[in-house]
Formats: sequence, C-alpha cells, structure tokens
Amino acid sequence: MSGTILASTTGRILRQLRHDRPTVALVLLMPVLLLTLIYYMFEHQEQTFHRVALIMLGIFPFIIMFLITSIAMLRERRSGTLERLFTTPVGKLDLLFGYGLAFGLAATVQGVVATGVAFWVLGLDTAGTMVWVILIAVANAVLGVSLGLLCSAFARTEFQAVQFLPLVATPQILLCGLFVPREQMAGWLEGISNVLPLTYSVEALMEVGANPDPTGTMWRDLGIVVGVVVVALALGAATLRRRTP
Amino acid sequence: MEAAITITGLTVDRGKKEVLHEISTEVDRGVITGLLGPSGSGKTTLMRAIVGVQLVKAGSVTVLGRPAGSASLRQSVGYLTQSPSIYQDLTVWENVRHFASLYGLGDEEAEQTISDVGLGEQSGQLARDLSGGQSSRASLACALVGRPEVLILDEPTVGQDPVLRDDLWRRFRKFADEGVTLMVSSHVMDEANRCDRLLLIRDGRIIADDTPAAVKEAAGTNDLDQAFLTLVRERDEGEAA
Repeated sequence: MSGTILASTTGRILRQLRHDRPTVALVLLMPVLLLTLIYYMFEHQEQTFHRVALIMLGIFPFIIMFLITSIAMLRERRSGTLERLFTTPVGKLDLLFGYGLAFGLAATVQGVVATGVAFWVLGLDTAGTMVWVILIAVANAVLGVSLGLLCSAFARTEFQAVQFLPLVATPQILLCGLFVPREQMAGWLEGISNVLPLTYSVEALMEVGANPDPTGTMWRDLGIVVGVVVVALALGAATLRRRTP
Repeated sequence: MEAAITITGLTVDRGKKEVLHEISTEVDRGVITGLLGPSGSGKTTLMRAIVGVQLVKAGSVTVLGRPAGSASLRQSVGYLTQSPSIYQDLTVWENVRHFASLYGLGDEEAEQTISDVGLGEQSGQLARDLSGGQSSRASLACALVGRPEVLILDEPTVGQDPVLRDDLWRRFRKFADEGVTLMVSSHVMDEANRCDRLLLIRDGRIIADDTPAAVKEAAGTNDLDQAFLTLVRERDEGEAA
C-alpha cells in the first residue's frame, strides 16, 4: 500500500461523486427528508420519535453507502478500469481503503447534516452528545461500504447488485430492535440478531440515547462494528483478483 | 541484450475452451510488433497474459526479465484495453491525472500526454460526453502517461480518422526509437506495414512471425491482406493433408 496512491484513489472516487450531482443530493438530502417524514408520523408521540429517529440516524447511512458502494465497485469491475488498475502500481488495499475513505468522508458529511437537522430542527434529544451519534453513524456508513464492496463481487450487473440491498439490509433492520425489542423476540430470532452487525450499532445508539457519557457497552458495540468492517474488507480483498480467467 | 518479452509454451483456457496453444516467441527491445488476426483468434488473451492479468494454464511469460505481472513490473508496463477503460464520470484531465499519479507523475506529464493524443481541447470534458474515437484516445493517454518501457496496445487506432491515425503511428515510432517496446494489435493491414515485425495469430496459434516484407515474400504477394489469406489457406491445407 502506498500513501500517494491511496490519496489519489480516494480523491478520484470523491471527484467521480462530485460530478454526479443527483447522487450527492441523494446522499445529503434523503436522510433529512426521511427524518422529517418520521417527525410528522410521530408528531404526538415524542418518545417514539426520539427512539425511531435515533435508530434511523444509524440505518440511513448504512443503506445509502451500501448501495452507492456496491454499484460503484461493480462499475469498476465491469468497465475494465479494474483490470487496467491491476496493471498499474495500485494495490488491492489502496483500492479498498480508497473506497472506504472516500465514502467514509461522504458519510461524515451526511452524518453531520442529518444529525444536525435531527437535533436542531426536529428537536431530537439524547442523554449523550450528538458527537457520539455522528461517530456511530459514520461507523455504520463504513460498514455499508465494506459490505457493499464485498457484495459487488457476486453481482454481474447493476440490476443484480441492487437486489443485494434487501437481502443484506432488510433482515438487519427487522431484527435490530427497531420494531420489537430484542429481548422479546423468540430465542432463535434473537440468536440471528446477535450475529448481525447492525444490531450492535443500534444498541450503541440506544446507549447514547440513554446515558450522558459513553458506556462500556457503546465502545464494545462500536468495536464489533469495526471488527465486521475489517473482516468484510479482508473478504473483499480476497474477491479482487489481479489475474482473471 | 535480453529480450523485452519472452513467451514460452503459453497455454490459456477461457471457459472450457483452450484459446492459446503453447505459444512461444520473443520480442526485442525498441521494436514495434504488430499482432494481427481475426476476432477471437486470441490476440487480447495474449496481451492480457503479457500484462499479467490473465490466468494461464501452462507456460511462462517474462517481461524485462521478470515474470509478467510482478509488482516491480507494473511501473514499467502500459496497457490499453480494447474498449476504452476510463472513468465515465471524470473529465479527460481528471482521468489522465489520476493514472499519472499512480506512477508518481504530475500535472505536467498529464497535460503533455493529453495534447500528444490530440485531446487538448477536450481536456475539461467528461469522458461520457466524448465521441468513440476521443474516448479511446483518452484511454490511450492513460496508458501512455506513465512513460512505460513496454506498451501493450489493444487496437489503439480503431475509429480514428486517418490523419490522427498517422499521427499516433509516428508517435509510436518515436517511442520505439527511444527504446520503448510496443506490441500493437490491429485489424487494419495497412498499419501492419508500419510495424518492424508481425505476429499473425489464428485460432490461438502463431501462423507467421517475421518482418512485414518477409511475410509478404513468403506468401508471394505484395499485399498483406492477401498474404494473410494465403498463409491461412496453406496452413489449413497442411492440416487437412
């Protein structure tokens, strides 16, 4: 891995994003619009709004970054640019971390905007500070990036790539404790939910919601999410083959 | 001096089919080799093997004394894929600048290369807004910008107007004079006359490997198209007999 190549790759991906205005708008505005929708849905149930909006601040970046990354990486694989990059001094890790960094940066901007609007405009309130909320949102976005990179290896068309979103995201959203508290689930469902990374990021967000200072559970949960990111990136690296049939 | 490219017994499968059958050849430094043959004959596969992105079944490919695809070689080998492989959502400048940076080069080299391929005026245009010919020249610029010692170009002049094509060939000749080794695939036989040496490929086998003049002489004609046909027919008859 090389510092200049990593920086150049990150810059290149961000420049591609910048030329794609609709996607930039999607990244920045969609969470805000959906949060506003949730605000009006629970206009007379303040507690529910606080809970749902907080969880959504973690889920939106995951979904959006998963989608964007899997399509972007698929294009890289299908357009011949990946094959070409592999004849240059670019390393696999330069590429993977380049994507992670570029979209992680985009996710940070997204997290700041969405969290800012949620707290200052929509009146979201948590016991802990919003800095932790943003940190967890960014970790979730990077989780989406790493899983998107991995899943893109199993899709041959963009059409197939988007099918991975419901497959990867829906079970995690259903079982993360948003709809039914995890301790009230059937044992086997809770078992499944225990191995899904989004469960831990949602739990971390709930910790920030309930405690003024970062708790041990929050740090442990964040650690688990980062661990999954590392594993997904390693698996993603294994799917990147310099030599192909 | 050792050869720039040495290929020994190269055999490649794609899918269940063997597409290259024990190919062996050597290419000297500073030489332009034309790779000719019909579509599906194995030209692209051979080029992919030389740049080290092709899984090979048997045999070896050595470039500048090192195994094809080794990390230290990637600094010195430039590859142009057949269909333009550039980022559609970046400008010409951003594309070339990115590839320059991968070789530790900067703005100056990028700008020079863009003007070398005649895209100076399109520098700020997004790749997706370019014409087919412009797109492939942008792609060519990305292969040239790293100042490679070995250039593998898969149909670099397709869709270019004759003046530009002539211009590009002059440039290739200049590179060769400076010691760069070029392998250029083409469908256009009049381009073959501009090479120092021709490799004619058919069905994954080399059927001729000589200078353009010698190839024509062997076939007893002054026309390369005709020479190619004659060689193919002779071979087919030889196999049938």
